[in-house]
Parts: sequence; C-alpha cells; structure tokens
Amino acid sequence: MVQYATPRLDASFAALSDATRRGVLERLGRADASITDLAETFHMTLTGMRKHVGVLEQAELVTTEKVGRVRTCKLGLRRLDEEAAWIERYRQLWDARFDELDKVVEELKRKEKVDGRKKRE
Amino acid sequence: MDARRESEPTPMKNRTTVERKSERELVVTRTFNGPARIVFEAWTKPELFRRWWVPKSMGMSLLSCEMDVRVGGKYRLEFEPDAMAFFGTYLEVTPHSRLVWTNEEGGEGGPVTTVTFEEKGGKTLLVMHELHSSKEALDAAGTGAADAMVETFAQLDELLLTLG
Repeated sequence: MVQYATPRLDASFAALSDATRRGVLERLGRADASITDLAETFHMTLTGMRKHVGVLEQAELVTTEKVGRVRTCKLGLRRLDEEAAWIERYRQLWDARFDELDKVVEELKRKEKVDGRKKRE
Repeated sequence: MDARRESEPTPMKNRTTVERKSERELVVTRTFNGPARIVFEAWTKPELFRRWWVPKSMGMSLLSCEMDVRVGGKYRLEFEPDAMAFFGTYLEVTPHSRLVWTNEEGGEGGPVTTVTFEEKGGKTLLVMHELHSSKEALDAAGTGAADAMVETFAQLDELLLTLG
C-alpha cells in the first residue's frame, strides 16, 4: 500500500524502481501526454497506467491535470529540487573529505617550515 | 590589488563546489591553503591519503590503501565493515599538477577521474573531474555517495578535536 509518511526520497526511488514508470518519465520528458496515450505507448490498460501515474504523482515526479475528459500528465516541478539535493549530498561528502585534507596540508606545511628552519640553522 | 596577507595559521575554510557539467560529467573544485606539491603529496602517498579520504562521517574506515602512483600503476582501497573495495589504474601522473585514474570496481566502462592541481600565490586550486559512461551511471554514483554519507557530523567534530 502507499504510505503517505514515506520520505520524499524513498517515494522517488520506489517510483523509479519500475521500468514502465521510468519509461513514462522519459516519454513525458519529450512531451506531455494523456493517460490514454501512455497506456497505448506502453501497451497497458488504462487502469494499469493510472496506477503507475498515481505512484509517480505520489513521488511528485509527475503532475496531472484533467481538462474535460482527458487527464494530461507532465513532469513534476520537483525534478530541479532533486537535482539540487543530489548535488548537495555529493558536495557534503567531498567537503568532509577536503576538511580532513586541509588538516593534512597544514601539517605538511608546518613540517616543511620546521625542516627548512633546521636546514638553515 | 589587495594587500598581501600573511598566510600564517588562518584555518579559513574554503568552499567546495560541485557541478554537473553535463549528463556524464561531474566537477568538484576546492582551494587549499598550501602549495601544489603538498596537496599533490596528500593525494599520492597512501599514508597521507588514507587520513582524509574516508572521513568518519562516512561511517566506514579504510582497512587497507595501496597506491602505486605511476602510469599503469594500480591502486586499491578496502573498507570495513563491509569489505567494499575501490580499485583502478593510474593513466596519467604528472607530479604536482595532474592525476588521472580509472575506477574499475564496477566492471568495464567505469568512470575516469582527472584531478588537476593549480598553484597560485601559495594556494592550490584543485579541480576533480569525473567522466561517467552514461547519465545513469553518474546518477547512481551520486546515490551511492549519499548512502555512504551518514549524517553524523558530530563524529567529524570529534575527529577534529583528536587531531587538533
């Protein structure tokens, strides 16, 4: 069952764990499409496709809008958000590494200075 | 021009930037308050490298670190507790300015990492460039890094104290 308490990232990964749903995102990356279009493209029933789109909506990867009798799907706005978060996590890893590297550099500099002094003496 | 400042113990923290240059490329930059030869040394001597590559906040530690830093030479890093290993081959080694290596733990077509060291006024601008075989490979690499990064910066502070 869908759990509404699931953190966003979990929802994203769950949504992306299915090949059809990844295909739907790719398809929507090219152009918006109706559920009917998507069902046809992926050789599925309307009900099946509605479920997939529902999962993508839940993960905020897709938004849908009903105009008349047609429900149109488009990529969700939070893709940019996710990208920023992805970069930030990566940055934190490197930042932590480089903070440590700073200390190694400082130590080597001190050492060079001391060695240099010794040589001059 | 601004007045030259004494670069005595000014442990000022420089900014780490990360940018996806393209779907397959990731670039990390950082300036270090020291000459290129020193920063290069810290990337190429295993006993120094192992002191910073795996910060405590990653929740892992290095079991072993072997680095044969010359063109065609191999490196191998092994972690505990989960016995994960990173390994590859150095493709280019230009003292104090450039390192290029492959990352072979994921099989063929792994990313290629290029690190350049550019010295200016006693400081070193480090640029690390990763070229992945596909967008998906780069996406997955970022996720892995995120998983490895346990959010316990308290541990990092603790380490700073013990080393300070």
